[in-house]
Amino acid sequence: MRINGRKNDQMREMEAKVGIIKRADGSAYFRIGDTIAIAAVYGPRELHPKFLQDPEKGILRCNYDMMSFSVPERKRPGPSRRSVEISLVTEKSLLPVLDLRQFPNAVVDIFIQIIQANSGTRCAGITAASMALAHAGIPMCDLVSAVSVGRINNEIVIDLDKDEEDTENATDIPLAFTGRDKEINLLQLDGDVSREELLKAIELAKKGCEEINEIQKKALIDHIKEKDNIKVKEAKEKSEEE
Amino acid sequence: MEKLLVKDKDIVVPGQELARSIEYVPTGGCFRDNDSIISSKLGLVSINGRVINIIPLTGKYIPKEGDIVIGKIIDIGFNGWYLDIGCPYDASLMIKDATEFIDKGADLSQFYDFNELVIAKVVKITRFSNINISTKGPGLRKIKGGKIIDITPSKVPRLIGKQGSMINLLKENTNCRITVGQNGMVWIQGDNSDDELLATEAILKIENESHLDGLTDKIKEFLERKRK
Repeated sequence: MRINGRKNDQMREMEAKVGIIKRADGSAYFRIGDTIAIAAVYGPRELHPKFLQDPEKGILRCNYDMMSFSVPERKRPGPSRRSVEISLVTEKSLLPVLDLRQFPNAVVDIFIQIIQANSGTRCAGITAASMALAHAGIPMCDLVSAVSVGRINNEIVIDLDKDEEDTENATDIPLAFTGRDKEINLLQLDGDVSREELLKAIELAKKGCEEINEIQKKALIDHIKEKDNIKVKEAKEKSEEE
Repeated sequence: MEKLLVKDKDIVVPGQELARSIEYVPTGGCFRDNDSIISSKLGLVSINGRVINIIPLTGKYIPKEGDIVIGKIIDIGFNGWYLDIGCPYDASLMIKDATEFIDKGADLSQFYDFNELVIAKVVKITRFSNINISTKGPGLRKIKGGKIIDITPSKVPRLIGKQGSMINLLKENTNCRITVGQNGMVWIQGDNSDDELLATEAILKIENESHLDGLTDKIKEFLERKRK
């Protein structure tokens, strides 16, 4: 039993919503326990300054940040060494699933804001960003779901919270997987871990990501069904006429 | 072995397997991965014989040839104008596609100036990033007067209604001329500002309540109530 009463393979309660930001092209909300991430996608749109453009394909820009009130002690607003690193790993974990070849010279911007943090923020951010990209209608071959696993007291556990992360000798491994083939899109390691433990951790995260993937799919489908069921009807009528 | 994993008109998400067979052919919004056909967009499946297609339900306006759009002049070049039509790239309106005869070397801003709005038709898309539009044709011209409102491009079919039922209802009940661009820009011109205001209210109501059933009747009632 863990200090928060969860089982080793039990994640915190999750919630996902799509279409929460009206002016964005795509947006999503993901909550896991007390960690809340919101993601907004803008684009594809033309990229300025021009020297950053790639005439072969569109580029992806990620921006991760934590709100100043998201942690118990006020975080200084603005980018930091940590947020720059997380922006980069988020971008690298999302890029393999996107197909930006049809948008040359364009950019897709992702803004991830953590409005409440209790560990696993980069994972929540990636999960939210993946849903927001799907909502923005950008061609992508799969959804990405992420979860953190770790070792506490020589036991491999999933989805650590802040208290667990702060225990002595705790190791935190954020992992991201694609939905269908379960390929690893992100693996970071903080602390030390043996080969066996790492393999066990990956297996555990894979199972967790499956669960997250189902939640992501449900959120996307629910958004279409609820908000736009007329649009579905129109499209059906249109295709019937054709 | 033929195997179809979804039904026609199902909602699918990116990465969802649609069929596991080499019998089926992927077209828009999906792709083949070995034996499977995988969706790459959030949308509605349409299966036509062996052809699988995804109709996207979210996202930016993607221009199609023949669409009527409303665009804003954002740049003037040597041989034409550049317009913002709400899609990822700017559209170009060449001199030869403009209505009037234009002398060589003439000042182009006297025909269409910056920030002016133009009703135009998408004539050709060579690459996705190269969109040519034209103002030659009935009803295609510069917009003078009236009011412009923006709605979500995916809600345009709802505003027009089945065979134009909704838009005709609006036109009859508000005495306004209404032009709907496929990119979500709507131009309203009425004889007085009250009419325009009523039309604006009705259109925004349609956009906000586009998910409800029996919207045409609701709007009809709304308009009748307001006109009294």
